[in-house]
Parts: sequence; structure tokens; C-alpha cells
Amino acid sequence: MSVFDSTETSLVAPSEGQSWLERIPIAYWVVGLILLIMPAIAGDFMLFQIFGWTFILGLIALGLMFLGGYGGMVSLAQMSIAGVGGYMVAIFGVSAIDTISLGWPWYVAIPIALIIAMLFGTLTGWLAVRTEGIYTIMITLAIAAAFFYFARQNYVMFNGFSGFNGVLPPMLFGVDWRGPAAFYYLTLFWAALGYLVVLYISRAPFGLALQGVRDNPRRMSALGYNVTAHRVAAYTFAALLAAIGGILLTWQSAQISPGTAGIGPAIDILVIAVIGGMRHPVGPFIGAFIYVILKTYAIDALVTLGLAGERFQLLIGIAFLVIVFWSPDGIIGLWDRLREDRKRDPLTGRGGEGP
Amino acid sequence: MTDFARRHPVWAAVIAILTAILIWMIFALWPAWLVDLIGKKKVFLNALFNGITLGGLYFLVASGFTLIFGLMRNVNLAHGSLYLLGGYVGYEFAELTGYWLLAFPAAFLVVAVFGILLQLVVFRRMEGQDLRQTLVTIGISIIMADLMLWGWGGDFYNISAPSWLSGPLETILVTAQKRSGDLVYLKYPLVRVVIFLAAVTIGIAMWLLLNRTKIGMLIRAGVDDRDMLSATGARIQLVFLGVFAFGAGLAGIAGVVGGTFQSVAPGEDIRFLLASLVVVIVGGMGSIPGAALGALLIGLAEQFGSVYMPTYAVVLTFLIMVGVLAFRPQGLMGRS
Repeated sequence: MSVFDSTETSLVAPSEGQSWLERIPIAYWVVGLILLIMPAIAGDFMLFQIFGWTFILGLIALGLMFLGGYGGMVSLAQMSIAGVGGYMVAIFGVSAIDTISLGWPWYVAIPIALIIAMLFGTLTGWLAVRTEGIYTIMITLAIAAAFFYFARQNYVMFNGFSGFNGVLPPMLFGVDWRGPAAFYYLTLFWAALGYLVVLYISRAPFGLALQGVRDNPRRMSALGYNVTAHRVAAYTFAALLAAIGGILLTWQSAQISPGTAGIGPAIDILVIAVIGGMRHPVGPFIGAFIYVILKTYAIDALVTLGLAGERFQLLIGIAFLVIVFWSPDGIIGLWDRLREDRKRDPLTGRGGEGP
Repeated sequence: MTDFARRHPVWAAVIAILTAILIWMIFALWPAWLVDLIGKKKVFLNALFNGITLGGLYFLVASGFTLIFGLMRNVNLAHGSLYLLGGYVGYEFAELTGYWLLAFPAAFLVVAVFGILLQLVVFRRMEGQDLRQTLVTIGISIIMADLMLWGWGGDFYNISAPSWLSGPLETILVTAQKRSGDLVYLKYPLVRVVIFLAAVTIGIAMWLLLNRTKIGMLIRAGVDDRDMLSATGARIQLVFLGVFAFGAGLAGIAGVVGGTFQSVAPGEDIRFLLASLVVVIVGGMGSIPGAALGALLIGLAEQFGSVYMPTYAVVLTFLIMVGVLAFRPQGLMGRS
């Protein structure tokens, strides 16, 4: 868990004379190694269902964390953008509904899907940035609902209520990418790439300007930055993350339907990002892991405790409420607070950085 | 009105022409070419009245939402859950006592007390943190939806109106002319008319309360500048509590109305939350006349959509919202 703590210090003050390889903190090596050898430890269900799903949901929520944490804009349309990505792969690529699917090869279908999803995300962003704060939540929620209803009613392109099934990843290099280990590495690769890119952007000029826009838009625009352009660009980037996640999600369940991008899932993404914490890109993945574990095992746990298994939503809701109530920064916030408490001098009660 | 006409002469003319056409379409006997073009007049009139009465229902839900938002800057995403709770409470009460009218005060009181609890226990603790309050309301709505599903199951409940309200109402509007030359008059469910009139009455009462009384003055001052108002010694927490209770109670009443119009079932909470979101976005946040205008527009769009373009009726309302956002982000009646 101390992954991000050490990065912050090491990236802010890089010690001279070390190669970049030596500057990678130990926690990264440990976590990376564990994740890489996971297929040797965990079973197929763990790899495909638990970890695969965690990485995918984490990737979609990572876009929300980027928007919310660095841009100060909470969007509920992330899942709809992921849905657009998944739908486009099904429409342009291969699926069991061959009356609609165009059956183009993957190297054409996937870029088109990403571009369309990013266009949709940009459009959403362009509408959403006309408003601020809580208004953004309402407008993106309405957009998510509109997309859900549209996809459910449209039979010409989106195949209505049933959507598309038989959407499979391409057999690249002779590997079945839906095999547990292969799919695990596929999702791990994209999740790790997304994580690192977000981490990089947060320190790059664009990310710093975005954080400036979050903190004080008027001052940034006085400094000559185009506030609207930065915000819309943030939406576009978040849409890219969501679209990748959406395509992976479609491949995982081999189908996409309006329910995938419904209002419930849209709120789930927000729940994931908030539970994990919106201050650091590791948060969404922690949140996604907790969510997936709860969603998979809560029913069994509830039944064991003698309660009805359907009360899963109640459990999620209470967990969400407790987190929001006591720690607005999610699990990361809790961790930070714990660390500060430990550092505090027991006699003076002052928090100390060093002696 | 005259002010609007002076500032936007073109728009005023367009609105006047459209109103004239609408009035003609309502009262005149339709010529054959118009019937060929868009179908029977009866269908049109029914869609029109259904849209207006649905707008009344939306107004009841959305006015509480917009009032709470305007004063407390709190986007209460649990508002749909309050609506659903009101529907269930009203149903239970009407079944228990056998009096439909008693369901309204019961739903109002129960949901208002629930709203007071929410304000005291939850929102007062995180005043001024908009985003956190919104997130908390999402959590509350998830929990409430599941608890209500637990308590009442997934069935549809219908609150039946009493017999003296159940018949159709003969109107003076002509829908067609028979071969024999007799005029056919439109019949419309009485209960919808009564409920719509009640919604209008509540709306006017709210407007009077806000604009003509001392409490209304306090609320309007709070909407304009909360901090200044509390600095002058007004007990703003009491005002907050009252407004929250009233807004929640309105959602409860709307639940009973919705249960009589349509039905009470899981999922209705999200539907009405979205409807009130769209209504207040279109009408303008925190504005009661805006909520009325938005509710009327959205109700009409939904009903006309479902008659004349059934596939995309739901999408039409969102298109209106996107259009308003793109050209007038603060809403039709909102202040920029």
C-alpha cells in the first residue's frame, strides 16, 4: 500500500547520480513481481474473474479519478463511454449478430472504436464543462441515462435490449486471449500502462495545468491558459481510458448489452473511485478490488450469516456511506491519516517531519 | 411579459404564433388534410392533456428538489427514493384506512419527518461540502432502494382512486364530427384533471408563500446569500430544516399521485430522480417557475414523443436537455 507514498518523495526530489532503474521505489518492485507471478499462485477463477475484472473496472474508474482528482470534475458518464467503446468493437468487428456487425479485422475495428468513444467523451465533456461542480454530476448522470435508453431502444445499430454476444478478442500470436492467464496479463498490461501514464501526466505540464485549473480557474485563465480546452482535453483522455476498459469488459463477458452501461453500473464506477480514493491513481484499483471481492463473495457471506443473499446492494451502499462519511479521500485518505498519527510525537502531540 | 416582448421581439412573435396555432388545434374541428398528416384529433388531445397532467406530477417532484437545491446547494440524489417512499406509505395508508385522501397527509408527514432526520443527522454535519453531500445522497439512495425492495418486494402497487373520482369527465372540446352531423366530445379521466388542478394550486400556494410572506422572504434571502442572512441573526438552520421537510414532503405527495396515475414499483425512484434532474436543468436550478415550465415541457415531450415517435420517446427529453444546456446553460428561467 505504500506504493504511492514512496513515489511522491522519490519523484519530487530525485537523488543525483542514480539511474532511473534505481530510482523506482522498492514497493513497485514487490507489487510488480507479485502481480507478474500471480498466475502461478492463483486459480483460473481468481485470474479471470477477480483480477481481470478488478483491472478493467479500475481502468474505467481511473479515468474518473483523473477527471475528479486532477480536474475537479466528477463525471458519471465514464461507464457510458466504456459502453460506446464496447459497442463499437462489436459493431465494426466480429460478433454473433452478423446482420449488424461489419466483421472488419481487429486492427481497423479497435482504433475506430477508440476514436468514436473518445469523440463521444469529448462531446460529453464539452457539454459538461459548461457547468461546474455538482451540476456536472447531474448532467453526466442524465447523459448516461440517455445513452442507456437510446441503446435499449435502437435496434438498427445497437440491437436493442439484447445487444451483442459472441464478441471475442482476436487470436493474436496464436494465443487465446480469453484464456485465464492470457486475459490476466492482457488486462494487467493495460491497467499498468494506464496507471503509469496517468502518473506521468500528473507531473507533466498538461497535468500540472489541469490541477491549476482545478484549484483556481480564474487565475489560470489570467495566466493565459485556456481553461475550457484543458478541461475538455481531460475528458478526452479519460474517455480513452474508459474505452480501453470498455473493450476489455466486452471481451471478458463476450457480450455487450444496454445493461452493461446502465445507471447502476455508472454509479458503481463512482462508488469504486470514491471508496478507493481520488487523490492518487492507485485508488481506483484498490476500490475496484474491494468492489469485486464484495460483489463476488458478499452473497455467500450473507447467506452464511443467515441473511438473504439479495441484500448485497445494501452492503455496498453501507460501505460507500461509511467511507464517504468518515473519510472523504477513500481508503487512501484513511491510510494517510494512519501514517500521520504514527508520526505524531506522543509527548507534544505535534506531527513531525523528521526530528 | 411586456418586458420579454420588448427585449426579444422575434421570439415573442414566434411564441405568439405557436400559441395561436395550438389554440386553433385544440378548439377547431380538424380538416381532413391535417388528420391525414398527423392522425386523429382525439389522439392529439389525449397526448396534450396527458402531457400537461404528467407535467403536473413532475412539477410536484421537481419543485421540492429545486427548492432544496436553491437554498442549500444540496443536490439530493435521494429525492427519487423519497418519492418512492411516499408512494409506498400512501399505498399502505390508503389500504389501511380505506380513504384515498388520507394517503396524502400521511405520505407528506412520514416523508417530511424522514427528510428532517436526513437534514439533522447527515447534511448538517457536512455543510458547504457540496460534493460530499451529493455522494452521501447517492449512498442513501442505494440503501433506501434496497430496503424498500426488501420491505415491499418487486411487485407493482396501484393506489386506487375513490369511486367519486373514477369516472370520465365530459369536456366541451370537439374531437370529430359524425356522418350524421353530431359532434363527438372528448372524454377525459376526472382523477387526472383533479390532481392536475391540485398541483397547480400547490404551485400557486408555493409562489405566494415565497413571494408574499415573511418566511418566503427568509428563504429567498437565503437563496441569494446564505452567509449574509445568518449574519443578520436569522435562524437559518430552522429555515433549512423547514425547507428540507417541505421539499421531501412534496416528493412524498408526488409519490401518492404517481401511485394513482401509474404504479409504485422498484426502479420508479431512478425514473423520477432523472425526470426531476432533467426538469430542473431545463427550467433552471433553484427556480420554482422554472420547475413549472420545465415540468410542462418534459411532460409534453414525453407524451407527444410516445405517440408520434414511440421508439425514441425517452431520448427526446434528453435531447431537449442537451439543447438547453448547449444554448442556455443556466436553464430557461435560471439566472446566469
